[in-house]
Amino acid sequence: MAADVLMPQMGESVAEGTITRWLKKEGEAVSKDEPLFEISTEKVDAEIPSPIAGVLGKILVKEGQTVAVHTVVAQIEAVGSLGSLGSVGSAETPQKSASKAPESATAGTERTEGTDKSKAGASAEKESSELLRASPLVRRMAEEHGIDLSLVEGTGTGGRITKEDFMAYLERQGSATAPKAAPPKPVPAPTPAKTGERDESVPMTIMRKRIAEHMVMSRRTSAHVTTVFQVDLSRVAEIYRKEKAGFENQEGVKLTYTPFFIRALIDSLKRFPILNSSVNGDQIVYHKDIHMGIAVALEGGLIVPVVHHVDEKNFLGLVRTIHELAARARQKKLTVDDVQGGTFTITNPGVYGGLFATPIINQPQVGILGVGTIYKAPVVIQDAIAIRTVVHLALSFDHRVVDGAVADQFMASVKKYLEGWEESLWA
Amino acid sequence: MHSAEGSTIRHQASAVPQSWIPLPQTSDELRPLDVFSLDFVPYNDAWNLQRMLVEKRKRNEIADTLLLLEHPPVITMGRNAKPENLLSTPLELQQAGIEVVESDRGGDVTFHGPGQLIGYPILDLSKIRRDVVWYVRVLEEAIIRTAQDCGVRAVRVPGCPGVWVNNAKVASLGIHISRWVTSHGFALNLNTDLNFFCHIIPCGIASCPVTSFQQCLGKPLDRSVVEQHLVQHLAGLLGLEKGELWQRMS
Repeated sequence: MAADVLMPQMGESVAEGTITRWLKKEGEAVSKDEPLFEISTEKVDAEIPSPIAGVLGKILVKEGQTVAVHTVVAQIEAVGSLGSLGSVGSAETPQKSASKAPESATAGTERTEGTDKSKAGASAEKESSELLRASPLVRRMAEEHGIDLSLVEGTGTGGRITKEDFMAYLERQGSATAPKAAPPKPVPAPTPAKTGERDESVPMTIMRKRIAEHMVMSRRTSAHVTTVFQVDLSRVAEIYRKEKAGFENQEGVKLTYTPFFIRALIDSLKRFPILNSSVNGDQIVYHKDIHMGIAVALEGGLIVPVVHHVDEKNFLGLVRTIHELAARARQKKLTVDDVQGGTFTITNPGVYGGLFATPIINQPQVGILGVGTIYKAPVVIQDAIAIRTVVHLALSFDHRVVDGAVADQFMASVKKYLEGWEESLWA
Repeated sequence: MHSAEGSTIRHQASAVPQSWIPLPQTSDELRPLDVFSLDFVPYNDAWNLQRMLVEKRKRNEIADTLLLLEHPPVITMGRNAKPENLLSTPLELQQAGIEVVESDRGGDVTFHGPGQLIGYPILDLSKIRRDVVWYVRVLEEAIIRTAQDCGVRAVRVPGCPGVWVNNAKVASLGIHISRWVTSHGFALNLNTDLNFFCHIIPCGIASCPVTSFQQCLGKPLDRSVVEQHLVQHLAGLLGLEKGELWQRMS
């Protein structure tokens, strides 16, 4: 007879568990209370002992899979167990079954092909003696329910199976392994995708895990709203075209559009300080300094180096700092300070032509600006159609603390700054 | 039966979800929490000590026990950690005086070092409360209250176990349970040199900036003062009585 091994419930509010490691293979012998598998919930790893002695039969839940508590994760064959006799001829009294112990020993010797198995047989015999450690009442109840008492863990004196032990076992069996009585609990919604033979399963890198954790954490934390503005970038684009070559020749750094957007952001963040704040518990923390995070794509992830005191730099200083940070990011040479303390973030999802994206806020900030692709488009100006260079700027803001009207005023201010660009790049 | 009665009371108490309210004691006598406050203990030695204590706890030979200590600089690689997640070469780590240890705990790469208060509670949760989530919340709560005593406003971040200040991690958790006996525990950055963390985390991921009490307060803290607060809160939350305190400078 096979006993089901269940995903244990590791706490009142724990609904599921992930199997991280099987400590035994299918077909391997396991003794009672020997660690059988490991699970993890939250930040806790737990070793789960085998409920009985026997041979691990089929593993139903593989490593890495998450299932609801009380799900059957494997089966253990109690080798030479009396249970098979009990269930076949349930009319037999437990005493009779017990007297057939020698027979079970024979069953054990039939399986001497592998030393492991014969060992398991031996421990199963040891189990069978536990049959005797039950009161007549419990034995009668076992008979009525057709339950193999060797599967019930005894907590009474000397391992005696008490009525409570039996009832607890019955309850567990009833809820988890009696499909006729009650259908098995459905596994909660996001069931892991089936991994087919041609699929490749690759564990996440730490960077990937952290990105994943952060993205989900941010979504859960902030009330994300995104507002999108189309900005006429013709003036900036003209300056960019004119100055690009000179900038590279004289200063040795590549000019990009990013510093233009950052200058506009700095000006507007000063006008609307709520966008340069953080939420800490039930407090809004207004940051007096502006530290600008700049999302940089890396192979297999992203990183957000921070230009500290970005408002204290002139245009050239800004260009140099961005250039240097991006280079160090790609070489994985950033220090802790380089990536901490950002108060606002700019990201650049338009590189491959995307009009705009709705970025996820970089916690604990309350705003992030996504810069879409820069392209030429027909624009209506005073009832005439003109070809202009445009960009879509998308601001995701935390609606817990930033009101929609404020967010849009902020964006109107950014738009105005860019469309009427007056700053000299060489100041 | 007395024990059956006890478990009923437990069950009712634990019906409060997400609560960290200590259980009502079923006996008049409070069970003790023995505390060992040690100086620097190399990671592997501490791990062996834990394993020994866990076995003793399972056999009920010792009371619930809390180890408080510091590790010499060490990077521990959990079972799922990949070598490429180390950003520095073995030589660089050696030069920085950092040992690399493969640990049999689950999870990521992590750093422990001077100024970081390590707590390894060896508790029999079956006698306290059979709930790992509750246990994690208790550890967090003890650290949050300790932080408050020290003048640091620390919080939980939903979905991210650990303790955070301004969304930077000040304490991390990692727990192992075997037959309801706990090992491993928490690492709280008191006066940790945060630059050590650069060797491991792709730091750029803003999700995991690290901080310390020192960074939050602008001054270093005395470990023994922090320990006093911590032990008091932890024992209180677990429904245990402060037991013997052993201080040993090893």
